[in-house]
Amino acid sequence: MSDGPLGEFGPLSLHVPEPAVRHGGEPDFSNVNIPEAGSVRRPEVDTNPEDIRDLAFSIIRVLSRDGEAVGPWAGLLTDDQLIEGLRHMMTLRTFDARMQIAQRQGKTSFYMQHLGEEAVSCAFRKALAPGDMNFPTYRQAGLLIADDYPMVEMMCQIYSNERDPLKGRQLPIMYSSKEHGFFTISGNLATQYIQAVGWAMASAIKNDTKIAAGWIGDGSTAESDFHASLVFASTYKAPVVLNIVNNQWAISTFQGIARGGSGTFAARGLGFGIPALRVDGNDYLAVYAVAQWAIERARRNLGPTLIEYVTYRVGAHSTSDDPSAYRPKTESDAWPLGDPIVRLKNHLIGRGVWSDERHKQTEAEILDTVIAAQKEAESFGTLHAGGKPSARDMFEGVYEEMPPHLRRQRQQAGV
Amino acid sequence: MPRKTMIEAIRDAMDTMMERDDNVVVFGEDVGFFGGVFRCTQGLQAKYGKTRCFDAPISEAGIVGAAIGMAAYGLRPCIEIQFADYVYPAYDQIVSEAARLRYRSNGGFTCPIVVRMPAGGGIFGGQTHSQSPEALFTHVSGLKVVVPSNPYDAKGLLISAIEDPDPVIFLEPKRLYNGPFDGHHERPVTPWSKHDLGEVPNGHYTVPLGKAIKRREGSQLTILAYGTMVYVAEAAAEEHGIDAEIIDLRTLLPLDLETIVESVNKTGRCVIVHEATMTSGFGAELAALVQEHCFYKLEAPVARVTGWDTPYPHAQEWDYFPGPVRVGRALVETLEG
Repeated sequence: MSDGPLGEFGPLSLHVPEPAVRHGGEPDFSNVNIPEAGSVRRPEVDTNPEDIRDLAFSIIRVLSRDGEAVGPWAGLLTDDQLIEGLRHMMTLRTFDARMQIAQRQGKTSFYMQHLGEEAVSCAFRKALAPGDMNFPTYRQAGLLIADDYPMVEMMCQIYSNERDPLKGRQLPIMYSSKEHGFFTISGNLATQYIQAVGWAMASAIKNDTKIAAGWIGDGSTAESDFHASLVFASTYKAPVVLNIVNNQWAISTFQGIARGGSGTFAARGLGFGIPALRVDGNDYLAVYAVAQWAIERARRNLGPTLIEYVTYRVGAHSTSDDPSAYRPKTESDAWPLGDPIVRLKNHLIGRGVWSDERHKQTEAEILDTVIAAQKEAESFGTLHAGGKPSARDMFEGVYEEMPPHLRRQRQQAGV
Repeated sequence: MPRKTMIEAIRDAMDTMMERDDNVVVFGEDVGFFGGVFRCTQGLQAKYGKTRCFDAPISEAGIVGAAIGMAAYGLRPCIEIQFADYVYPAYDQIVSEAARLRYRSNGGFTCPIVVRMPAGGGIFGGQTHSQSPEALFTHVSGLKVVVPSNPYDAKGLLISAIEDPDPVIFLEPKRLYNGPFDGHHERPVTPWSKHDLGEVPNGHYTVPLGKAIKRREGSQLTILAYGTMVYVAEAAAEEHGIDAEIIDLRTLLPLDLETIVESVNKTGRCVIVHEATMTSGFGAELAALVQEHCFYKLEAPVARVTGWDTPYPHAQEWDYFPGPVRVGRALVETLEG
């Protein structure tokens, strides 16, 4: 330390933010400000972004505490569509539960579940049109489930078995399906965000009608690729929806480490002149409504929209961490936005189109379907047993045409 | 046949491909209105419009990342990084993304992009305008790496690169843009208009990727070179009266091993020259391959002449650059060895 005179200045100190509470403490969400459902206005899609800056600091909500759909963002989906949405979320949750157990049984190396975040990807998918392209992270499998991508294929990918559409080359859950508008998941964070912008720019260059959607988590907004994405999206007014899923936790790091002094993640868009909305990520109706608004803006060539989904990661980050080591065990119960499945279920019961009995029956049906898919997938092998991709597959697909040095190495490997 | 500078040849390649294929787009820093700091894209925006050739923000990760997304859509972006020295912010996009899309998606998504960048020294560019980072890319599976040494090859290789279904790193030796350079910096520059390889046919033609070419047939030893060092090697051999076989590799990945092995087995001696730093440089790969495939024909140790393992200096450029004196010394030692 310097002995020099400080004059009027005291010594400097470094600020390192901390969450309100850690494991062993009582959950505290008193700093999460939740507006009443229906209280946030719905601007026209061609509104000047300057006039809706406040939407980056609020939370758009449709489902009230009593389970009613209220306010200007309500009324977009029919009962049948909502029941379908509920089934998608329930399917994703059941799928996750089974695959989580399969990982614990050693049938695969790794898994990541969506517990508590099912509404975000399931509802968003329904607002897209065929041909649109998502650039997802590892926690948007609802984009596939809600687009009726075959569960057996997802499981074969997770098991890296002989039917794995990716030939065993990619970590479990890093799916890829061009047909279902699902760009190959990298596993590296934030890289796909700028690619979504580039894809959208290409669609605009070709005077196409398709739009792109980029996905990122709260923690990864700290990557420089996030900044590059906002610059490009803003500069070229790319037809892209830029989604930030704020589930409060980046493994053990609370969202305040990435957010810094900014009020919200959505507010990051304001400096770029990009309209930014914040939405209740556990409210299927609100997610759909906001997604539809942003997608329409993109489709009308009005440019990008940034959306922050306020949600909570109920489960662990992946099968490789234990949240009880870094946050209160009961924190998810205290999360003020509740559970997306319970909320939609209560809404449908309130509307008289659903019941506890029907819910239980549907749960059982879905479980049967998932188990049947799992049996079928496992008949093609799991990571350490049964059919698996060949060692020869390892050498294929690095280039369209295998160059001589790889051919020599394949010969050396004897495959 | 018209003679062109390497800049004109590179521009001609992009022009030819933009004319033939609506999916070819060109962008980068200062690339649109101004035509690039080396003018490689001059006139392309005026001719094809600003949605086919445009300026990008100063964000190399953004430029490459956006190009990857465009390629996944179905375009063929040919993008410019203003200097190879500035490519590092884009390294993650190139290594983790462009190079692996095809593999990790089992061909569901592919990445036919070309990343052009001026590389190499000889222009008093100091450490930020002189680097030769080819080995950082040849180490990455899924990429192709090309270094042309003259206008004819530059056009034909760039057309091949744009047509290639996989990502290509295209390193342009900037000291060769306006004429061949043999390392004798004190002598006047020879323009491409006075060199046979400045003859560039109009229209479409290709020089295949993965094929080296013998610049000089010889019997006493083999020199493996690419880019600017091809001319340094020629000068050094001539000044020492050595009958060298000079191989211009042109493509480093995939490498034309057959041509190399055939030559070294014939001459029994091999000198490898490049501008980049020595340790873990591409020369190390070449030396390893030569000893693996030609060991019993070798009459002398394989020699490397490269840039020193320092950052590229400014005032000491000609102490750093592996010029004809240093190359000549290695040729003589290898012949005597």
